[in-house]
Amino acid sequence: MSAVFEDSGGEGGANGGNHASGASGNGALVGVRDLKVYFPITSGIVFRHQIGAVRAVDGISLDVLRGETLGLVGESGCGKSTTGRAILQLIKPTEGHVLYEGADLARLRGRKLRAQRRSMQMIFQDPYASLNSRMTLADIVGEPLLVHHMQPSRKLRQQRVRELLELVGLNPNTLNRYPHEFSGGQRQRIGIARALAVEPNFIVCDEPISALDVSIRAQIINLLKDLQSKFSLTYLFIAHDLSVVRHISDRVAVMYLGRIVELAANDLLYGEPMHPYTQALLSAVPIPDPEAEEHRRAVVLTGDVPSPADPPKGCHFHTRCPVALEGRCDVDDPALLEVRPGHWAACHLITADGYPHIKAGEDSLVETAAGIKGGDE
Amino acid sequence: MRDPVATGEGVNLQDIGAAWDADSPLIEHRSAWQEVWLRFRKDKFALAGLVTVVLLVIVAVFAKWIAPHSPLTQYDSGLTMDGMPVGSSRHFLLGTDTLGRDLLSRIIYGARVSLVIGICANGFALVLGVIFGLMAGYFRGWVETLIMRATDVMMAFPIYLFAMALISVLKPGLWILVVVIGIVYWTPMTRVIHGEVLSIREKEFVDAARLTGCTNRRILFRHILPHLVAPIIVYTSLGIATTVLFEAVLSYIGLGVQPPTPSWGQMISDGQNYYLSAPHLVIYPGLAITMTVLAFNLVGDGLRDAFDPQQRRR
Repeated sequence: MSAVFEDSGGEGGANGGNHASGASGNGALVGVRDLKVYFPITSGIVFRHQIGAVRAVDGISLDVLRGETLGLVGESGCGKSTTGRAILQLIKPTEGHVLYEGADLARLRGRKLRAQRRSMQMIFQDPYASLNSRMTLADIVGEPLLVHHMQPSRKLRQQRVRELLELVGLNPNTLNRYPHEFSGGQRQRIGIARALAVEPNFIVCDEPISALDVSIRAQIINLLKDLQSKFSLTYLFIAHDLSVVRHISDRVAVMYLGRIVELAANDLLYGEPMHPYTQALLSAVPIPDPEAEEHRRAVVLTGDVPSPADPPKGCHFHTRCPVALEGRCDVDDPALLEVRPGHWAACHLITADGYPHIKAGEDSLVETAAGIKGGDE
Repeated sequence: MRDPVATGEGVNLQDIGAAWDADSPLIEHRSAWQEVWLRFRKDKFALAGLVTVVLLVIVAVFAKWIAPHSPLTQYDSGLTMDGMPVGSSRHFLLGTDTLGRDLLSRIIYGARVSLVIGICANGFALVLGVIFGLMAGYFRGWVETLIMRATDVMMAFPIYLFAMALISVLKPGLWILVVVIGIVYWTPMTRVIHGEVLSIREKEFVDAARLTGCTNRRILFRHILPHLVAPIIVYTSLGIATTVLFEAVLSYIGLGVQPPTPSWGQMISDGQNYYLSAPHLVIYPGLAITMTVLAFNLVGDGLRDAFDPQQRRR
């Protein structure tokens, strides 16, 4: 495997074709290279000047492969929603590139950008705010068709709207109703129908079920899966609910404070999480089996999440990491490296031989002359 | 027995002997506009204002049929032996003015002038104000700074003086009046719309529209503008009150509507020298102005409260 100890000191992960992709970028529909989104903090009333920046996204590189569902998880405030929006150019990235089928999206402006919008869409988190309360269902779902001149006549457009509504499980006769006449789950379906109207290839699902009743969530997830297989869609699924992400994703990326800390295939990540943060995160997920749940011990991370306006030097996680090494973790940024085939992590303590095991309440690292060894392996 | 819940039919309450009165009226679904109207209705003052406004409009539209005389005809019988205006009589219900013209008829036709100018001037100001407000609120950056600073400057100006100066340069006339008032009075609407747009543009459906591929123009007019209907209606009512007054003031000075077209402000100016001997010349036009402005203000306030019942005052 590629050099695990490649110490780039500053920005990492940008060497050659090693971009956390499956096969050096061939199967990638969307490529993100070193994406940064910094929001300026200004001061002064008359002469505003910048005194700092909120680093919402602090150097992310990943590929979304054609046809896959890439899950993006992390705590609230880690920058996952911002990442999704920056990829779609709803927020202008401060630095970095977003490539769609190889073409840099930042280069596109005006009409070309609008034309490109046909291939990428988003499903929003809030089913109440994401639909214009002054527009009817027909208007909302029909607008993409209108804007992109997809149907030659109004009648055909109406027909297509009906088809789309049926596709997502809504009654097509409710065309002329307003959003407030529908429930949250139904509104989310409307949002999905709207996203599908332009026949996109890539959809960013920004916490599509977080605002819904627990009883409805499964329905929407299943709908999304059905649509994916029917239309060969590629999803970037952003969420903070780890169990849901596990159910729907092929690969999962874990974010912390604007950076990716681990990325691996579903089974690999959940089965053998290597990064300390991922382990802590997964230990907090409740287990459906009551007996097993009895014995689950969550790793409780001490301290608060640092402010993204003033992230810690070196590894962003070191201030809360139970196994952080002084002198290493607080100085050097760990690069996101392929530590096992198909498994990327950004941690100085992960070696070819082992990785830190975080257990609740105790530190099970054994330090030997040869280096850090995992406790049990 | 069939399970009514499972078959989806529901339960007939009378079957189960419920105490529910099957004849009691169902709460029907009300539209947002109906709700607004119901709230508006409760405010007696607002209602009175509305009635007045409606009457005013009827009088203005049907002036030709309502007025007993022409506003321009000077009657010999309208002046006393000494050439003074007569008081109210059976022939001239409100008396006559200094040239023997029937006051009531002039007031009725004056309503037409005031309303037309008030509504048109306000309409012009509205269009300017909404466009500036939309642009400032949506595009932000230098556009916003430019427009809002210009608004600040304009609001600091004594607009009456400004209007007077403009009209002195141009020739006074009805449409000049409309244009000048519009140019001078767009600022309140801009402020309001700018504020509203700032909050609306952060909503997710605007992002969704952008993602759909809508042009900025489409987003502004098709997505954001429909949400501005309430403030526009409210500030239009209040604006008409102000523009009617504006016209009256300018006509009083002589820079407004030119004689012989009757205008309330002008009538006051004509009659002010006769205040002691023939007070009706000043009182009736003055009352007309007061009632009109008051009525529009009441309607505007009533609408504002009806659209947003969560206002802290009252």
